[in-house]
Amino acid sequence: MSVTHTPDREPKVTAELAAEHGLKPDEYASMLESVGRTPTLTELGIYSVMWSEHCSYKSSRVWLKKLPTTAPWVICGPGENAGVIDIGDGQAAIFKMESHNHPSFIEPYQGAATGVGGILRDVFTMGARPVANLNALRFGEPANPKTRHLVAGVVAGIGGYGNCVGVPTVGGETNFHKAYNGNCLVNAMTVGVAQTDKIFYSKAAGVGKPVVYVGSKTGRDGIHGATMSSAEFTEDSEAKRPTVQVGDPFTEKLLIEACLELMATDAIVAIQDMGAAGLTSSSVEMAGKGGLGIDLDLDAVPQREAGMTPYEIMLSESQERMLMILEPGREEEAKRIFDKWELDFAVIGKLTDNGRMVIRMHGHTWCDVELAPLFDKAPLYNRPTEPTPPQAEIAAAEAPLKASARDTLLALLGTPDLASRRWIWEQYDSQVGADTMIGPGGDAALVRVHGTPKALAMTTDCTPRYCYADPVRGGAQAVAEAYRNIITVGALPLAITDNMNFGNPEKPRIMGQFAGCIEGMAEACRVLDFPVVSGNVSLYNETNGEGILPTPAIGGVGLLTDSTLAIGSGFKAEGDVVLLLGETKGHVGQSLYLREVHGREEGAPPPVDLAAERRAGDLVRGLIEARKLTACHDLADGGLAVGLAEMALRGKKGVALTGLEAADAGLLFGEDQGRYLVTAAAGDVAAVTDAAKAAGVPVTTLGTVGGDAIAGLGGGALALADLREAHEGWLPGYMAGDA
Amino acid sequence: MKSAVIVFPGSNCERDIAVALEQVSGHKTFHAWHRDTDLPEVDVIAVPGGFSYGDYLRCGAMAANSPVMRVVKERAAKGVKVIGVCNGFQILTEAGLLPGALIRNQSLKYICKTVDLKVENTDSAFTRHYTPGQHIGIPVGHGEGNYVADEETLKRLEGDGRVAFRYTDANGVVNAAGNPNGATNNIAGIFNETRTVLGMMPHPERAFDPQHGNTDGRALFTSLLESLS
Repeated sequence: MSVTHTPDREPKVTAELAAEHGLKPDEYASMLESVGRTPTLTELGIYSVMWSEHCSYKSSRVWLKKLPTTAPWVICGPGENAGVIDIGDGQAAIFKMESHNHPSFIEPYQGAATGVGGILRDVFTMGARPVANLNALRFGEPANPKTRHLVAGVVAGIGGYGNCVGVPTVGGETNFHKAYNGNCLVNAMTVGVAQTDKIFYSKAAGVGKPVVYVGSKTGRDGIHGATMSSAEFTEDSEAKRPTVQVGDPFTEKLLIEACLELMATDAIVAIQDMGAAGLTSSSVEMAGKGGLGIDLDLDAVPQREAGMTPYEIMLSESQERMLMILEPGREEEAKRIFDKWELDFAVIGKLTDNGRMVIRMHGHTWCDVELAPLFDKAPLYNRPTEPTPPQAEIAAAEAPLKASARDTLLALLGTPDLASRRWIWEQYDSQVGADTMIGPGGDAALVRVHGTPKALAMTTDCTPRYCYADPVRGGAQAVAEAYRNIITVGALPLAITDNMNFGNPEKPRIMGQFAGCIEGMAEACRVLDFPVVSGNVSLYNETNGEGILPTPAIGGVGLLTDSTLAIGSGFKAEGDVVLLLGETKGHVGQSLYLREVHGREEGAPPPVDLAAERRAGDLVRGLIEARKLTACHDLADGGLAVGLAEMALRGKKGVALTGLEAADAGLLFGEDQGRYLVTAAAGDVAAVTDAAKAAGVPVTTLGTVGGDAIAGLGGGALALADLREAHEGWLPGYMAGDA
Repeated sequence: MKSAVIVFPGSNCERDIAVALEQVSGHKTFHAWHRDTDLPEVDVIAVPGGFSYGDYLRCGAMAANSPVMRVVKERAAKGVKVIGVCNGFQILTEAGLLPGALIRNQSLKYICKTVDLKVENTDSAFTRHYTPGQHIGIPVGHGEGNYVADEETLKRLEGDGRVAFRYTDANGVVNAAGNPNGATNNIAGIFNETRTVLGMMPHPERAFDPQHGNTDGRALFTSLLESLS
């Protein structure tokens, strides 16, 4: 028999208790002022999560405002559950990327799985059917004893969730670096497709309208997840495992179908998923955006366990739950749909006109506060910033080849950051939906918009070592690389989502990295017409005072209106001519070559000439549209030689190169930006060259596709079989414990 | 050719296989719900891939006991063609329409990739457009595709030509290197005694359209069309 919980059994709220909830003394003082009395425990809980870094973006808001967020094709920019862009024919693409870093480090399988679940909900809550998942993962150095365990768990968790809900995981990126030893990064992205006249928002409207809870029951899992994610890790972080949520992808699948079925009617006024801070943030945000109050009756909330307190119910981060405002009188119709899908459905409150958040349970009132301060009086910090000192440029002559070009290339392709990720992506269902044209392992993924000639291109990109050395350049480069990757398949880059992963913002050096990355991103977004429509900020990625590399992961989306134009990144046909578009100066600073061969993680990263990026991008897209190219690959990590090797491996065809036998490290492995490797049938080479010249883009002929080796590099021919073994061997070997 | 696809809570390939059936036949595929107790008159029933009931008990075990499966069994007994793909194959074995069982992949990991297959028997409504021994590639996506059966059953399957597809290496050779999940005798798909029911782990609907980059699964659907019209 359970004892009914009563207010007099709750601990009294004090400054100490507020501090334990993560509120700084001045924040607690501000809360007292807003509430006008000593708050109840439930009120403290609600304030602490709403004012946490995770929910309030209190350190980042002033900077995020600097990002361009509009374009004629942007239907909804940041501020909603996800960003919305117009893709023509009355259709919209809805997408966002979100981090689940802290939970994934503590409990990799569930942390990653619920990261996927959460971002899926952000997208289908707006009326979109999710059509693709991507991710951006960073792990510690391979030698770190925890890395293998984290890779295995995170990959299994992403697959376990995404495969079951039936949304293909079509792309992503993975890096290893010692800066992530104590904080792995798990950034998950979902792209969905909706009708532009059926997009749902979270702003509540209509006094007296019912507040409806659907989905899974509420349990005690994930309480304080948002607060946990807003603090640094210490050695006792293992003890925080109970704050990690547990995912149920089967229920999520049912929830997607049930919500989309209800959305086909006009019964929904507003809808919001219960993500971080669960019922608290969803109810506060919906009522708050509508300028209304909300009354909640927690006795009506479906509960998984007996004896839960209002505090626990409001702070639970149980997964697979949604909150919606319905049109009055439509409850029965909506309930029938959720009954069909065997999901809970409960009317748990109503909208009010008094601007207050009132929570009742067991005949008592547990919370009665003005609602607006929860989100509009949340702390806002303009934290001090300290710029990153500029790094010296490193001349290629300072870093000569130590072995032949052939042997250097072979070695590089087997290093952790360049080795094949096949071991990862083969654990993801990349094809469910039967619309995947280009899946993992390409430059950008390409997924057809079902039943139309269109396809969406998508990619995730960031080069954290560049961002660390020069945040402004690094921020611009991340956006430019996403842009380039989308261009390579023939699509028009439309918009991005950003996932800003940084250390402790209270340190000026870290905040300087944040500000610098934003500056570089903003400039790139403007020049490339590639606005930010959604995003997420994850700060305090530090353990025992050691921060991660600044990692503004960019998720880019583009549109290919005629999917038959698409080309891949593997060599296509024997005899095709290989051309390099873009300028090569031989920039070795911060290159993987410099790090792996010379052991130097140094220098300035490559500059990003955004006007040149734009010229090259427009040129390549035009050539693909004119069907003049047979394959296209952007040059990034590892530079020209690695790019050639990747095209050869992907296409299972060799290449005979000319004029590169005496090439130096800068030419072969420098990471100059704004470059594409393309192939064209012999008869089209003149047209490609002429178009490049007309566009002012440097063009160089490099050789001819054919054979089963990369021939023409110093040191002799490199057989594809040997290259493949090195490239494919590292990750499976490492995961099996061989390395 | 009229077709139905069975939808369980957690199915996620029903649209994909319906698209293939509709494109070859020109007829709309009927979507049946797991609680349905009757089906329209159809020539072929597809049990699709996915995670019916979350695969939380044992893959296919709960779906096999759903109301609609009673109708599927009745129709199968009357000779209506039934194809189960991936989770659908698991459901058909759990329902007793096909022998054996599908257990966890030997690697203990989910695997999604295009596998090489040998078409073992073209004397069926599902495989007549392939050539005997044809080497094809079709994608798989499963965590439990490791086919097992008792020796007696295996003997009958092998002796009666009821193995439809077998995993091979890239050169078309049936060997351990080409076996993605540890399946006994590299079995990727089997028929019932009358070869009117087919269960297979690979997804022919994912190798159907030129934009899939591979159309090796298409002949399965055209075979059905020809034999049923």
